[in-house]
Amino acid sequence: MATESSKGGSLQVIGEGNLSLVTSPHAHFGWSTARIMWTVSLSLVPCLASAVWFFGAGVLAPVAGAVIGAAATEWVVARLNHKPQTLPDGSAFLTGLLLGLIVPPGFSPLHALLGGVVSIGIGKAVFGGLGDNIFNPALVGRAFLQASFPAGMTDWSASVARVDAVSQATPLGLYKFGDPSQFASDIATQKLLVGNVGGCLGETSAVAILAGAAILLVTRIAHWQIMVSMVLGGFVFGGVLHLGGVGPSPLFHVLSGGFLFGAVFMATDYVTSPTTPRGQWIFGLGIALLTILIREFGGLPEGVMYSILMMNAAVPLINRGTRPRIYGAKR
Amino acid sequence: MELFGIFITATLINNFVLSQFLGICPFVGVSGKLSSAVSMGMATTFVLTMAAMVTYLVQHFILLPLGIGFLQTVAFILVIAALVQFVEMVIKKVSTALYRALGIFLPLITTNCAIMGLCIFAAMKDLSFIACIVFAIGAGAGFTLALVLMAGIREELELASVPRALRGAGITLLTAGILALSFMGFAGMKF
Repeated sequence: MATESSKGGSLQVIGEGNLSLVTSPHAHFGWSTARIMWTVSLSLVPCLASAVWFFGAGVLAPVAGAVIGAAATEWVVARLNHKPQTLPDGSAFLTGLLLGLIVPPGFSPLHALLGGVVSIGIGKAVFGGLGDNIFNPALVGRAFLQASFPAGMTDWSASVARVDAVSQATPLGLYKFGDPSQFASDIATQKLLVGNVGGCLGETSAVAILAGAAILLVTRIAHWQIMVSMVLGGFVFGGVLHLGGVGPSPLFHVLSGGFLFGAVFMATDYVTSPTTPRGQWIFGLGIALLTILIREFGGLPEGVMYSILMMNAAVPLINRGTRPRIYGAKR
Repeated sequence: MELFGIFITATLINNFVLSQFLGICPFVGVSGKLSSAVSMGMATTFVLTMAAMVTYLVQHFILLPLGIGFLQTVAFILVIAALVQFVEMVIKKVSTALYRALGIFLPLITTNCAIMGLCIFAAMKDLSFIACIVFAIGAGAGFTLALVLMAGIREELELASVPRALRGAGITLLTAGILALSFMGFAGMKF
């Protein structure tokens, strides 16, 4: 922000490049919480569009349910706490939208609404609101739904892909419980890129997710370190196991399930990710490692959600461990 | 490999605190500060290992040969209580600082249901002596992991505007609930 200069004012800028100091008064660079939240919501539009394209307009019902549940809870909590209304900053809307995009197609809108209530209520409000929550609120809501409605959360029967109604189970489900040969690898990669497979609403289309990622990266909202380290970790850990004769190709790991969606939209949440770049690398690699372990050795086909929640819990320790050294001080 | 499986199972999959809900008392009580959480974890791991070894001997050389398996609970309580008393005396003598840091919680380890639970699990599963020790160290590592994670979170929450009604034990139990949800990801893991 060194080059940011107030209108016509003369500012003394010390240093060049990354090391510049400006004396006060500082000009606000224009990004408020609300603007960030609404921009992230905008970056989710491609995913929402791909969900509607592949699974039909009916998928808007659970998304709407989750958004309404989250927004209503945010409103009620602010009223009960006699605090300024935080609904317009869009964070609750974003949480609801994220939650709505990680449920299966055909998921009950009422259950999604309940998930939205839990996301904001248990995931955020009890910790003190935006900025104080330890865990990603949308994922808290999803973990709650997964524990409460395991049948509904794993019912992929509505995910008949639009173009050719072949695969109903998710690719990861097929890999874990079914016949992986049903999923010839070259076709699979192409399908996974486009999103013409079974899965949660927003997570199937890699192209749509990458479009969202581009928005987040160009506007510099998300830290690229988290996305890159998580995807890189997926390739490395998945690749090591694959070379050792266990598991599918690392590309399949990264493209299938919620891996990319998690890396782009979930792990990059400001509040629940580490603040130091070094910590962000540890965070992303940790999520990737846990995900691959759960997928390969766990009883569940997918583990991105659990991995992110677990690494969320470790963020205070990561921040503490990667605290930069104060210049001139010894550790 | 089997021993590794036992270790991982005790540490992550059947984490004593987060999936079996044993030892909640020290988990809530001593997770306020990172440093005391680490020492509590160490002390509990130590006591777990000692207790597992001693109760293995009691089970296999006294209770089973004499056919008085029904006295297991009473015998284990007695043995564990005596053991903790002994450990307390040793720590007091060897490291006064650690003794002070642990304070009331060292005697409380006696009534920590994780210890009793571990000994009974080990007897129920009929583990070998070595497996018993690995099981105990794994359980201790899992306990320490949960405690340290929670301590980190709670130090962070000191700065958060948690609603007054939920401060302290309330938010700790809620956080523990979410942590337990996330540890469900390890369910059914096999190596």
